[in-house]
Amino acid sequence: MSAAHKPGEGIHPGKPPTVDRYDVGARINHWITAASLILLALSGLAMFHPSLFFLTELFGGGQNTRNFHPWIGVVLFFSFSILFIRFWPANLWQRVDVEWLAHAKDLVQGHEEKMPEVGKYNAGQKFIFWSMSILIIVLICSGIIIWDQYFYPFTSIPVKRIAVLTHAMAAVIIICVWILHLYAAIWVRGTMRAMIQGSVTGGWAWRHHRKWLKELVGGGPSDKGGTIH
Amino acid sequence: MLFNNPHTAAANPPVNGMVSDLGQADITKRSATGSLPPPSRQLTPLAKLIDVSKCIGCKACQSACIEWNDTNPEIEENVGIYMNPHDLTENMFTLMRFNEWINPETDQLEWLIRKDGCMHCADPGCLKACPSPGAIVQYSNGIVDFIHENCIGCGYCVKGCPFNIPRVSKTDHKAYKCTLCSDRVAVGQGPACAKACPTQAIVFGTKDDMKKWADGRIADLKSRGYKNAGLYDPPGVGGTHVMYVLHHADKPGIYNDLPNDPKISAVVETWKGVTKYVGLAAMGMAAAASLFHGVFARPNRVSVEDEENAEKLIEPIGHGDRPEDRPGDRP
Repeated sequence: MSAAHKPGEGIHPGKPPTVDRYDVGARINHWITAASLILLALSGLAMFHPSLFFLTELFGGGQNTRNFHPWIGVVLFFSFSILFIRFWPANLWQRVDVEWLAHAKDLVQGHEEKMPEVGKYNAGQKFIFWSMSILIIVLICSGIIIWDQYFYPFTSIPVKRIAVLTHAMAAVIIICVWILHLYAAIWVRGTMRAMIQGSVTGGWAWRHHRKWLKELVGGGPSDKGGTIH
Repeated sequence: MLFNNPHTAAANPPVNGMVSDLGQADITKRSATGSLPPPSRQLTPLAKLIDVSKCIGCKACQSACIEWNDTNPEIEENVGIYMNPHDLTENMFTLMRFNEWINPETDQLEWLIRKDGCMHCADPGCLKACPSPGAIVQYSNGIVDFIHENCIGCGYCVKGCPFNIPRVSKTDHKAYKCTLCSDRVAVGQGPACAKACPTQAIVFGTKDDMKKWADGRIADLKSRGYKNAGLYDPPGVGGTHVMYVLHHADKPGIYNDLPNDPKISAVVETWKGVTKYVGLAAMGMAAAASLFHGVFARPNRVSVEDEENAEKLIEPIGHGDRPEDRPGDRP
């Protein structure tokens, strides 16, 4: 099976060649998720720490912040669910990911050429994908338990206390994961255009996701393992 | 004299208008607020004492509470018990809870009636949990009050309270509970419930006076065979400004689940303590580390060689060498 036929992926030869990474649906899906996550972080942080309570002004006061936050959470949950369905097959853990992680230090120090060739996602991206997936499930479940307006009668106060603590801790972790995600996208130059224009340059694909590029070209190795350069 | 203090329920109000003597300057704790200026004066700590052994279950206190606070509790169905309404609500700040208990020692039925409502804890869990600055305050006389204009309706106070007292209105999305009639106390009056109580089962005054009053009541109960009679002023929440005289003070649970040793839940303490500080630090450090790496490490740029290698790899398709692998054209 040629990988080139996956939705949104394809190669445009030329100087420089470009490689399609995300179709317009995936990009819209991603940015709706991103916008809801940011709004959730802002409204949630407002209720998390008094020093950030001023953020409620962005939503038109505390009452509105309290009211909007769970609804934005619902949007995020469904939007991310669709994103999950799109992205999960490419995010399955592989042997090469362990190897890639072992070389994580090289990456941070700017020696990406020492890293093994990876497919569409490297171990770091997969970590972000699965952390987000798990944390969003934890957040929606704990969030529903403390959504008193509609779900108050269904749980006891001790359960709500555990839920509100879990919600706060999961939120802190997901914000840290989001910072990592955002920073990686900025630090690895040429990445943002994948989610904006939908394509990357051939050189970007060669440098960061060579196995994926080779699969797209049709000349690369199949889905087994990776090689170290 | 016990009731020589203006803060009593028994004293009749003066007929001339009075100025409120309880305000911003008397606030000692304020929700979601770091440090407060020390109050200019220290008010005498007050307390309401509820002697369950004197309560006849008439609900005059409930009626007085509704009357004074101008609330409008829904009319409910009778489900075969005296308790009405069936729980505290945003319109019912105090509630007579009835329990039929058979004393195993005497094999006698005891009808236990407890007036439930805010205990006005010295260490209020609601205030600790509240995320909205100034939505919950504590005055130096011990009254814990909800300032509704600052309430955001999140229900965190419900989770913070060890007594399950606050109720959030589905209409205006604000939390409500007993105010200890702070607006009456501000003009030297006692709470409406204490004023209305026909048996003085509810009395009000300074906390010291109320403890003394309780001592007399407890001695009386003990002399009549209630050897475990005692005062309920739970130290786990720093003591309360609503106290009970219980004839079975060793078993608070028989009075409709009055907590044995109430304290702010460890989960709430963790949530409002370590989670807040560690959480802020973790997020701050993640951001700082990113910034640090962004400033001091070179960006991960695609090199000219990368582009050339990619061109070499992709070129054959461009020449139609492998037409079966030609990708789908972009729209």
